[in-house]
Amino acid sequence: MFLINCPFCGDRDQSEFSSGGEAHIVRPKQPTELSDDEWAEYLFMRKNIKGIQFERWNHVHGCRKWFNVVRDTSNDKILSVYKMGEKPPVNYK
Amino acid sequence: MPNYRIHKTEYIDETKRVSFKYDGKTYFGYEGDTLASALLANGIHLVGRSFKYHRPRGIVSCGAEEPNAICQIGSKKDLTEPNVRATELELYEGLEASSQNCWPNVKFDIGGINNFISPLIPAGFYYKTFMWPKSFWKKVYEPLIRLSAGLGKSPTEPDPDIYDHKHVHYDVLVIGGGVSGIISAKMAAKNNLKTLLIDDKKILGGSTIYQNNESIKIDDKLSSEWLKNEIQEIKKLSNLTIKTRTSIAAYHGYNFLLAKENLTDHLPEEKKKNKIRQRLWKIRAKKVVIATGSIERPLVFNNNDRPGILLSNSINKYLDYYGVTCGENIILFTNNDSAYETSISLHKKGIKNIIVDLRKSASSELIKQAENLGIKIYFNHVVTNTFGYRKINSLEIMKLSEDGNTTVGNKIRLSCDCLGMSGGWTPMVHMHTQSGGKLDFRDEDQVFLPKENSEDQISVGSCNGDFDLENIIDKTVNKINKFLDIDNQDYQDTNIICSKENDKRNIWLLPNKIPLGKTKCFIDFQNDSTAKDIKLALKEGFRSIEHVKRYTTTGMATDQGKLSNMHALGIIADTAGVKMGTLGTTTFRPPFTPLTFGTLVGRNVGKFFEVVRKTSMHEWHVENNAEFENVGQWKRPWYYPKNSENMHDAVQRESKAARDSAGILDASTLGKIDIQGTDASEFLNRVYTNAWSKLAIGKCRYGLMLNEDGMVYDDGVTTRISENHYLMTTTTGGAANVLSKLEDYLQTEWPELDVYLTSVTDHYSTASICGPNSKKILNKLFPNLDLSDENFPHMSFKEDKLENINCRIMRISFTGELSYEINIESKYGHSLWKMCIESGKEFNLTPYGTETMHLLRAEKGFIIVGQDTDGTMTPSDLQMDWIVSKKKYDFIGKRSLYRSDTIREDRKQLVGLLTDDPKEILEEGAQIVSDVKSKPIDMLGHVTSSYFSPNLNKSIALAVVRSGKTMKGQKLIIPMENKNINVTVSDTIFLDKENKRLNA
Ligand SMILES: [Zn+2]
Repeated sequence: MFLINCPFCGDRDQSEFSSGGEAHIVRPKQPTELSDDEWAEYLFMRKNIKGIQFERWNHVHGCRKWFNVVRDTSNDKILSVYKMGEKPPVNYK
Repeated sequence: MPNYRIHKTEYIDETKRVSFKYDGKTYFGYEGDTLASALLANGIHLVGRSFKYHRPRGIVSCGAEEPNAICQIGSKKDLTEPNVRATELELYEGLEASSQNCWPNVKFDIGGINNFISPLIPAGFYYKTFMWPKSFWKKVYEPLIRLSAGLGKSPTEPDPDIYDHKHVHYDVLVIGGGVSGIISAKMAAKNNLKTLLIDDKKILGGSTIYQNNESIKIDDKLSSEWLKNEIQEIKKLSNLTIKTRTSIAAYHGYNFLLAKENLTDHLPEEKKKNKIRQRLWKIRAKKVVIATGSIERPLVFNNNDRPGILLSNSINKYLDYYGVTCGENIILFTNNDSAYETSISLHKKGIKNIIVDLRKSASSELIKQAENLGIKIYFNHVVTNTFGYRKINSLEIMKLSEDGNTTVGNKIRLSCDCLGMSGGWTPMVHMHTQSGGKLDFRDEDQVFLPKENSEDQISVGSCNGDFDLENIIDKTVNKINKFLDIDNQDYQDTNIICSKENDKRNIWLLPNKIPLGKTKCFIDFQNDSTAKDIKLALKEGFRSIEHVKRYTTTGMATDQGKLSNMHALGIIADTAGVKMGTLGTTTFRPPFTPLTFGTLVGRNVGKFFEVVRKTSMHEWHVENNAEFENVGQWKRPWYYPKNSENMHDAVQRESKAARDSAGILDASTLGKIDIQGTDASEFLNRVYTNAWSKLAIGKCRYGLMLNEDGMVYDDGVTTRISENHYLMTTTTGGAANVLSKLEDYLQTEWPELDVYLTSVTDHYSTASICGPNSKKILNKLFPNLDLSDENFPHMSFKEDKLENINCRIMRISFTGELSYEINIESKYGHSLWKMCIESGKEFNLTPYGTETMHLLRAEKGFIIVGQDTDGTMTPSDLQMDWIVSKKKYDFIGKRSLYRSDTIREDRKQLVGLLTDDPKEILEEGAQIVSDVKSKPIDMLGHVTSSYFSPNLNKSIALAVVRSGKTMKGQKLIIPMENKNINVTVSDTIFLDKENKRLNA
């Protein structure tokens, strides 16, 4: 059970959060201009990394804020949290 | 009656005699006993029959690792509990226990015949034999296996006990209250760290607390005396919490641990009443110190499973802690020094004993001590067989060859009434591995040890492979200082003297002149697997330890192989000729010892199982005989049966009344989201498929919300209350998810929009009045409100006061009737409802539930998201193209509406179905086909909604059918179990296509 450091509330139990999948997938500004393949790339394609992964979490039973998390999926350690709109920490890539 | 209690100890209160029943017979023990120690004091070793061969089995250990002494406690249908280890169960007055797995009784056992046909039951026997013939399975094999395989009985009635959960946070958690745990806890707590120390026993001290060998001293005291002082010391520490009778069940990531605290299991029946039985501790600790100790290994030789054969150290504990001797003529069979402590202890109490030692020779303080006492030691010897049916009465030993692979010389027969075995010690690395830690293998004494790799947990003491006291204390102190980054000097000058073990010899499968196939060298006592089974599995090609384990069932019983896993691994490694450390281990899964379901669920039983949401009108519904339906967490009135009406009759009456005069529905559960901000209109434009910018203030609009994949997600009516203020309604079940989804887009994709969302579902109660007389009822409630179609048309909104209270009134309809929804602050909901009912009396205003609501909307062909849709339906599939804006550049899901797959013509599409026999009601979920003769039958779709309409006097249904849009008028078939129902595809709107009733 993770202990997640919500950037707005601090450390909270995982049961207060819901996971929102991979982070930094930007919704295309002009979807109508995209081919089926390009749209499918946005819609369906997600990474499944063993190692450092950037993901979205929502403090759904708390402040309701969405934020980003850097997690090492090989040992489940959360390495960093940062707010929406912020760039991922440079030391992970 | 024999009495094996031979001396007094401080842990047994001989002034408090306790009577208990075992297998129906009454015995006596004392307060402080476990069931096992009390049985042994009464001379009872035989406690069960083995699982496969039904061999007589006795108590083997004194702790959680016990494979044989497994009991059924109590006989009441609601309170009986199986699989309780007698070695852990504290004795109490009135305890009733019985041995498991030994029908008809433990002394005469019909299944014992398996023992004689055992050559026929090798590894994988069940898999191989019971495969054929197939017809035998149900009638012969299964009943046979079930009859003979049961391990205890489950209670058949609900558990009446109370369980509790507790959440706690600590700086340091110390697991295990032996020497190293006590030292760790003291160091942490004295350094101002909030510390929790837990131990599964009744008292702290581990195995040192009854240690009384003169050669082991700390600061000139017996180690047990020294430790008692330490325990007194730590009890005074204010920031240390000590929990005994508490064991860790699971060690999860992020130092989140579950512990079970036993509160009443040791109390007599009358003292248990109205008390919490067990408490589940949910512990978050910044740092965890694992001090779980080690357990002694058995040795694997022929007939090593007879009653009277115990672990050597357990014999020691029964003697020095409980004052009970396990025999009067004891042989100790060992490969290490620890059995010598047992031997010396026995000798001092006057119990005759001799030692058989695998090692060629050995020298240490302990061995010198034993030799000086004149204890007979057979070095370089091995036990090759044991005798005695219900209890061991003699054994045979032989000399080992130089390489230890065979026996040499003549058999020596020795008589005995008890055999202690010690195959060395296995560190309890369960907690370490559960936390994600890896293991190293130490060849010298063949143990797996925790590999230090994380900053937030550490293993100390014998679970870390440190076995002598000097080593344990020195290393613990050093490691804890480093781990907690402190500089504690308390143990700087502690002077420890102890015997040091110098000689080791480990042989996993002891040699024997008898061929292995003719021996019974047990590895897993509880699941009855032998060395022969392991070898057979290897011979048949199994290589992975996980496969061998499953094929032979070694380590898969309720004790999870605590005594057997190492031997299985060792024999596999020896046979395959590989180094043991390279094989890995099987996975150590939680829980360490079995947990009751009650502990896991805690208070969340019965009406606390799930949150129940009730509307403010709920009590009225109850008083008026409503049957309720669960919709998410909500209780919604389903229908209101009158007199002896069944559901069908009630729904027919309710729906007829709603169309003929007036009906009223509690619509409070619909999700309500308050949307405010200067970009609210733009936001709605982006989340709904239709256009919102031009919606006038005071008007309402129905909207369909899609997922980004183009599939219908939710629907509902949204009202524009003022320029920058909307009230959105969602489906009852979808409310929370819709809010989350909207927040997601607002916060992550469109942070530039000035929009604020607030859930107001619980803040407003809603009464929905429909039917031709609804306007008259509204007029009585709101006499000053102009209800004319000009002033208050369909899909519009007004505010008015009911007495002094503000109401929001929407003229919207989910039934196709003239209809008003009155929203009021929830605290007035009940009053509003009663006033509506009162005003509606003269118009036969009829309360109706969700079932009638579903029927009425189906007559109009209105969809229910989640019933007529299933996450694969586009608006076009629902024949709702009209609601998808062609002009809008973008909205959630728009691009997906013209993906190659979503524009396929042959997608499943929503249609109406009319049965040829108007009285025939279809089953929801029934399959739809066009041809029953083709094989396989081509499935075209399924029925999503089906009702008998009293207003149309015929059966109607909605369905999704492949290419359904083009099939109007076509005949289809619904094949049922005993008949085929003929239907015709129709329009989805069955009633009032012209919407005349909306303005009736
Ligand atoms: Zn938060």
